[in-house]
Amino acid sequence: MRETRDCVSLWLRPGRGWPAHLPGQYVRVGVDVDGVRHWRTYSLTSVPRRRDGRIAITVKRIAGGLVSEYLVSHARRGMVVRLAPPTGQFVLPEEGDDALLFVTAGSGVTPVMGMLRALAQRPEGLPDVAHVHISPSSDDAIFGEDLRTLAGRHDRYALHEHHDDRDRRWDVRELDRRVPDWSARQTWACGPAGLLDALGERFARAGVADHLHLERFQPVLASADLGGSGGRVRFLASAKEVETDGTTPLLVAGEQAGALLPHGCRMGICNSCTGRLHSGAVRDLRTGDVQHAEGQMVRTCVSAAAGPIEIDL
Amino acid sequence: MNTFLEHLTPEDLDDIGRELDAIRDEVMADLGERDAAYIRKVVKVQRGLEGAGRASLLVSLFPPAWLAGTTALAVAKVLENMELGHNVMHGQWDWMRDPEIHSATWEWDNVSAAEGWKKSHNYEHHTYTNIVGKDRDLGYTVLRLDAGQPWKPFHLAQPLLNVVLAAGFQWGVALYDLELDEARKGRKPWSRVASDVGRLGRKAARQLTKDYVAWPLLSGPSAVPALLGNLTANVARNVWTHTVIFCGHFPDGAETFDFEESDLDGESRGGWYVRQLLGSCNVDGPPVMHLMSGHLSYQIEHHLFPDLPSNRYAEVAPRVRALCERYDLPYVSGSLPRQYAQVLRKILRMSLPGGGEAAPETATMPEAIDLRLAA
Repeated sequence: MRETRDCVSLWLRPGRGWPAHLPGQYVRVGVDVDGVRHWRTYSLTSVPRRRDGRIAITVKRIAGGLVSEYLVSHARRGMVVRLAPPTGQFVLPEEGDDALLFVTAGSGVTPVMGMLRALAQRPEGLPDVAHVHISPSSDDAIFGEDLRTLAGRHDRYALHEHHDDRDRRWDVRELDRRVPDWSARQTWACGPAGLLDALGERFARAGVADHLHLERFQPVLASADLGGSGGRVRFLASAKEVETDGTTPLLVAGEQAGALLPHGCRMGICNSCTGRLHSGAVRDLRTGDVQHAEGQMVRTCVSAAAGPIEIDL
Repeated sequence: MNTFLEHLTPEDLDDIGRELDAIRDEVMADLGERDAAYIRKVVKVQRGLEGAGRASLLVSLFPPAWLAGTTALAVAKVLENMELGHNVMHGQWDWMRDPEIHSATWEWDNVSAAEGWKKSHNYEHHTYTNIVGKDRDLGYTVLRLDAGQPWKPFHLAQPLLNVVLAAGFQWGVALYDLELDEARKGRKPWSRVASDVGRLGRKAARQLTKDYVAWPLLSGPSAVPALLGNLTANVARNVWTHTVIFCGHFPDGAETFDFEESDLDGESRGGWYVRQLLGSCNVDGPPVMHLMSGHLSYQIEHHLFPDLPSNRYAEVAPRVRALCERYDLPYVSGSLPRQYAQVLRKILRMSLPGGGEAAPETATMPEAIDLRLAA
């Protein structure tokens, strides 16, 4: 189902024994593109425990994104994909009727859409919810129609759409204008790093940092400027060795060497690719920080070798 | 003596290395959905044949069911060991990143455990191909297949031993993977032999239980013919794999190398390629023969590109052959009967002392011909 010109929702029918998800969680999806299995993480946007057993993921095309491009343009009825169980900490508390605030930008709306749909199903309807949704334009607002319909049906759900083309660039100060009582609300925010950092700062300044729950959708930074020399990487469990430069993620290097490595989002979110560092140091490609701690769990998709290393994968 | 390599200059070896690398890279870059569909289809056909074979053997008191079941099971076992097991464990399909068709996870229908086999085969045989005293596949430590191997009286029995080895080839390979000869020479600790024996015991017990206890019991009144069907299928698979594998390195024209391990230290990419090329022989035949041999009938291409998916060897072969012609290198190839007859003749000849002068084509390449490059 097409959501916007570069975003689709896909209905999947999981096999038997599929555990019900919590609204806001994501799944790892394994897709064969040109014969090669690729895993990515996508937020679940359907309500849990549907009678027909189906689940929905929503995929936005990322420029140059192999899997998202494939799914947005080639997904067909009857296609088979692999699924890993749902996971993720970005979920609502089970009980409680607190006033809520959602701040979403772009495809960051996807986990929140799953939450809103689940909340709307409750017998008492939606609680007091304010939702700021930021998108480039009205047409490009993922779930724009659904959110507007929801706002029409539920009095206590207040939707504040921010369109960059109409309202200029979003600034965190707009929060005061749009949702004056924001600091009293439990807040779930999902979007690019800049937005989340600004929110984090604002909440901390107001002394309510504990009200803010974040989910980062952040691609790995181009890290050529981080320098670093790389080194020889030994994947102990796979018995593979490869020479790497300082900017190639361990995951990519291992795959090129023929190791079968677990992975998911490939952007440092989902923790599927984690392996224990047996020896050596790694550089976090997002921050440039070098970690030496042997025995530490390392996310291979956003880490590169800083000198020779051994990893238990 | 071999003099046909003296015309190759270090620059030639470099060019050969580059050309063969280019062929490999080209095919690797072209791998895709078509190849994935191919291997999944082989898996499907193999599973179907095995299922049908086992189902027929359940009622194998009825002779046609026995015949059909045994045939299907034998073909299924051959496909599983050759086109699937051997090639998957070489990592030919690792690029798909499908954990069900991956060298890290595949365990084959064979008493030899995947773990030990991958070491003895992928590493030792493919690294030290046909180096006398180093490639243990050269006669599998029990046969004398080269004049460079010292003759001992027990080699007189090797024609008979070869028949036994053919019938029980999977057991031969499994025992061979224990490397008892290495342990006797003190090159492998006995503690490791013991753990390998444990692994073999567990794998063998599972295989024997599956083929000779569980399935026959399930067959009720057909238990005895079902057991015989399993036995026949296993022996047929053994004889066929033995034939294919012996035709890969032991017909006339396959070179052996009198190298020390240190000689390999400076071996160039091109030198390595040429050694693989000279040590291997192809078998000509129809596509079904290639499939049933796991495309090891393209032994030359397999040794040049061990991790290239087997369905691509046929398209690479003409290019390799053309390269051999250009550089005046031998490309040994022949029909199955012809190649196997040469193998048998060699087994007979080498059961007696000597053999070097009488059969010059089996001569060991002298050290004087250096495949290394001045670095």
